[in-house]
Amino acid sequence: MFGFGNEYEGLAFWLPLIWAGLIAVAVAMYVIVDGFDLGVGILFKAAHSENWRDRMMFSVAPIWDGNETWLILGGGGLFAVFHIAYAVLMPALYVPIILMLIALIFRGVAFEFRFKSERSKFLWDNAFFFGSLLATFFQGMVLGSFVQGFSNDGRQFTGGTFDFLTPFSVVTGISLICGYGLLGATWCVMKTTGELEIWARRMAVRFLIATIVAMAIVSLWVPFLGRQIEMRWFTWPNIAFLAPIPLITAYVAYRLFRDLDEGRHYRPFFLTIALFLLGYLGLGVSLFPYNVPPNLTIWDTANTVNSQLFALVGFAIVLPITFAYTAYAYYVFRGKVAEEIQGGGYGYH
Amino acid sequence: MELDALMLSRIQFAFTIAFHIIFPAFTIGLASWLAALEFNWLRTGNPLYRNLFRFWVKVFAVSFGLGVVSGIVMSYQFGTNWSRFSEYTGNVLGPVIAYEVITAFFLEAAFLGIMLFGWERVGDRLHFFATCMVALGTLISAFWILSANSWMQTPDGFAIENGKAVPVDWFKVVFNPSFPLRYAHMVLGCYITTAFAVAGMSAWMLLRHPHDAPEAKLAASRRSLSMALWFAAIFVPVQIVIGDLHGLGVLKYQPTKLAAIEGNWDRMSNMPLRLFAIPDEEAETNHYEIGIPKIGSWVLTHAFDGEVPGLKEVPREDRPPVWPVFFSFRIMVGIGFAMLGIGLWSLYLRYKGTLFTNRTFLTATMIMTPSGFGAVLFGWFTAEIGRQPFVVYGLLRTADAVSPVSAGAVTASLLTFFVVYAFVFGFGSYYLAKLLRRGPDPVEDIRGDDLSKKPKRPFSVPDEGLEGRPGHRPQPVR
Repeated sequence: MFGFGNEYEGLAFWLPLIWAGLIAVAVAMYVIVDGFDLGVGILFKAAHSENWRDRMMFSVAPIWDGNETWLILGGGGLFAVFHIAYAVLMPALYVPIILMLIALIFRGVAFEFRFKSERSKFLWDNAFFFGSLLATFFQGMVLGSFVQGFSNDGRQFTGGTFDFLTPFSVVTGISLICGYGLLGATWCVMKTTGELEIWARRMAVRFLIATIVAMAIVSLWVPFLGRQIEMRWFTWPNIAFLAPIPLITAYVAYRLFRDLDEGRHYRPFFLTIALFLLGYLGLGVSLFPYNVPPNLTIWDTANTVNSQLFALVGFAIVLPITFAYTAYAYYVFRGKVAEEIQGGGYGYH
Repeated sequence: MELDALMLSRIQFAFTIAFHIIFPAFTIGLASWLAALEFNWLRTGNPLYRNLFRFWVKVFAVSFGLGVVSGIVMSYQFGTNWSRFSEYTGNVLGPVIAYEVITAFFLEAAFLGIMLFGWERVGDRLHFFATCMVALGTLISAFWILSANSWMQTPDGFAIENGKAVPVDWFKVVFNPSFPLRYAHMVLGCYITTAFAVAGMSAWMLLRHPHDAPEAKLAASRRSLSMALWFAAIFVPVQIVIGDLHGLGVLKYQPTKLAAIEGNWDRMSNMPLRLFAIPDEEAETNHYEIGIPKIGSWVLTHAFDGEVPGLKEVPREDRPPVWPVFFSFRIMVGIGFAMLGIGLWSLYLRYKGTLFTNRTFLTATMIMTPSGFGAVLFGWFTAEIGRQPFVVYGLLRTADAVSPVSAGAVTASLLTFFVVYAFVFGFGSYYLAKLLRRGPDPVEDIRGDDLSKKPKRPFSVPDEGLEGRPGHRPQPVR
């Protein structure tokens, strides 16, 4: 019962493409939604008062758990349909992944512990800040090492423990801190009021400048990694099709500056998302169809057709529902966070 | 024992999953307990249920948070430390794990926010719906992960191609032979774990404050004690029956594991029920054995002369370590029968009308607070150590499943996990203890119509204007 044949030639071509698209969406969702709540953590230490920190944390407390679930889907999804990629990438990224997970533990429990503590509150303020900062940094390193590529024999990783650690991956780590900081700041602009909002605007401008500089450095560096990525961008006719990507990026960044200055509430956040998606698109163009650069494609690493189909049936049915109720959860907590938060907190706390 | 990447990875996985399982075991039960409390509150309007809900939901939130963060670690460890396992089983287990994420984790996470923070925003019925969705999410999550685990114990519905398992029949993969009973056994185990935790904490409250606490608090404690003990009295016997049936499955599909559980070296009929023994793996025999003749065969085969397989039937390298399996199983069963005793005792005291005043009984119940966690852990030790030396029973050895990572890297990560878990979960237990010590405080009515006037809600009114006029500095909304 419920066996799908492996005999369809066409499916063996199309399914990995569909799945690559779906997992790209999951990763993009993760980067955006956990990006802003990690970003709130990155700004956390700089906040001027206890009340500000309470309000910042409240703005993400009801939704952070769902945001982080996209990370599990990223890992789980890779295991589900590109198990070879999962098997090669995870050992190759052993150190940054474990460190990212540990950082996420600290910031995750801070949500619960901070509101339950009095004397030890500073501990969880720090856990939230450093956890967010380091989780972001190691995610950026993972991204950087991904672009660099991994030595493998087609089934398993064959490189060393510290292959991931290069000047390039350190720079991508720092870049992601700038980017998530910008997401967090524009989120705070959207979700808070008063002095805190005005401060968030100032922070957003600073992080925007940092993000633009970081994007420029990374974009210029990539061609020197010797992976012939520049061939894809700078040859005719590709250049005609791809030139709009950096141009639109520049325009979005300009619009974002103006919006922050003009006092818009919502749009800076969504423009930041657009900025992220453009960067992400650029990355996709550079790497496709490799999901274990430099040599394994999505077809090399995919599961059997039967396995991919089984997972796809579930995703086709369940994912729209997931989007619907996740959107509903956001809708329930729409609006700005109130300025007075009493005592040790509210809600169920 | 050589501390290479394999051994260290095994220790790391055992350590992180043993820590992790404590929290889901609790939250699976607690989520349903919360749904039951809220249902009773909506049905009767008795504030006592709401007070209990508002108390246990805090305990739930802390436990769930700890479960989530320790769980994310698990989903990546399959790859970081067991990449050859991932390569071998990915075609089969990958989709099963993915189903857990999309059908359960998102459901739990989305509605958890509403359950914890949203009562004022969505109204009673929708809030109750959210609580039910969280409870459903925990059960769906257990469904998929236990299906994956059961497949590793009793793989089915697959073929081997190019040295890897590929799926042939998904129905057989998901509903593999040991899955249905394992699922029933585990979910019921989680419910019973929660029942004893709730009963124990309630008994503690009654013992500490026989008279001096506010009546509402004591009434709430009595009610939760009574509800939890009804559950235990009815379902511990059911669990013992399910456990027995599950054991028949082990006999059929994993005879070597069963032999280790029983400490049985030679195939025999009329096997005694070994209550105690020191299994000696070198000499392939038991020392200081105490047993009841023939009962072992009867328990396993439901016939006194039923044949039970022996460890010597397979070569030494195919046997699991005997004594941890042998003792873990006995500890689990021992705890189960102690629970049965508490359940029966509670029925007797109910009949006499002294359930809430018998201090010996309340003390015993209080001592049993963590018993369920112990039973769950030792049950899993039995199941997972008993599966060794295979990671997928009979197919893939644990030694062939490990990642090509260096021992140094795993040593470092393992030590880090030790320190971090000790710190984080130490504080978690401290805050939980503080919460539990305070007990179910009566909550002022949060459902009144004057809600909009209360200033302390974390979110402003939804229809408040958010955008400043174009071209102007925003006027901060106050």
